[in-house]
Amino acid sequence: MSITRPSLPVLAALAVALAAASVVMTFFVAPEDADQGLSQKIFYVHVPIALTAYACFGLGAWKALRLLLTRGERYDLESYTGIHQGTIFGALTLVTGSIWAKASWGVWWTWSSNQLVLFLVLFLFYCAYFMLRFSVEAGPRRERISAVYALFGVALIPVSFFAIRLASDFIHPTVFTREGPQMTGTMFAAFCTSWAAITLLAYVMYRTELAGKRTDLNLRELREALAR
Amino acid sequence: MSSGEKYVAAAYGVFLVFVLVWAAIIATKLSRLERETGELARLARARATGERADG
Repeated sequence: MSITRPSLPVLAALAVALAAASVVMTFFVAPEDADQGLSQKIFYVHVPIALTAYACFGLGAWKALRLLLTRGERYDLESYTGIHQGTIFGALTLVTGSIWAKASWGVWWTWSSNQLVLFLVLFLFYCAYFMLRFSVEAGPRRERISAVYALFGVALIPVSFFAIRLASDFIHPTVFTREGPQMTGTMFAAFCTSWAAITLLAYVMYRTELAGKRTDLNLRELREALAR
Repeated sequence: MSSGEKYVAAAYGVFLVFVLVWAAIIATKLSRLERETGELARLARARATGERADG
């Protein structure tokens, strides 16, 4: 039995509906945090964006692994697009995180939090991916070098994710512990809705960007064929 | 507007602006692809007409 992928417009409509639901859940259903007050609402956009960035980097690494195992050319573009999306969401994580830090701690950034510094390292590592990729001539060599680099980067994801727990980071809050999420049921429902909306939005953006890049490549080949 | 409200509005605003900028970039790219596809289609038609005239 073959599994057909849902069409892009359907997914986009679902992402918009989920985003609307998440706004309602965040501002009208989830209670205000007793400690942080209204600024805690940033949690519902900041954490899903960060998790989506990790997922995009993971997707990029998975496609890179497929490229190295199968030599399938299409995986190079898929890996590149995944990492591109991850870097965009990584930048958004840093920006929304800074805003939340200013609201909660009174500073835009602190070097004493391992979670923050490791996320910045992860982000800069993937920024360097583009410098590496575009410094090598297009072809199988570039595909392999980019794939190996993408795979190295994915090792930083669990380090970044677990740093807060391993290093007893007292500055950055730990919401998800071994005992489960440290929030009320409605807060968790709002978080899950936001997470689903942002992940789906990222997937729609990934497929749209990939379709654009593939069309670009096909057009280039067509132009070369017609020029002969 | 309280300071908490300002920060929440800024965080959500950044995300909204990002989505809008992304949509604008994709729209620009789509119009470029449309133009290039049109040029290639014209080129292919001209070539087909030329080949028929030669043949």
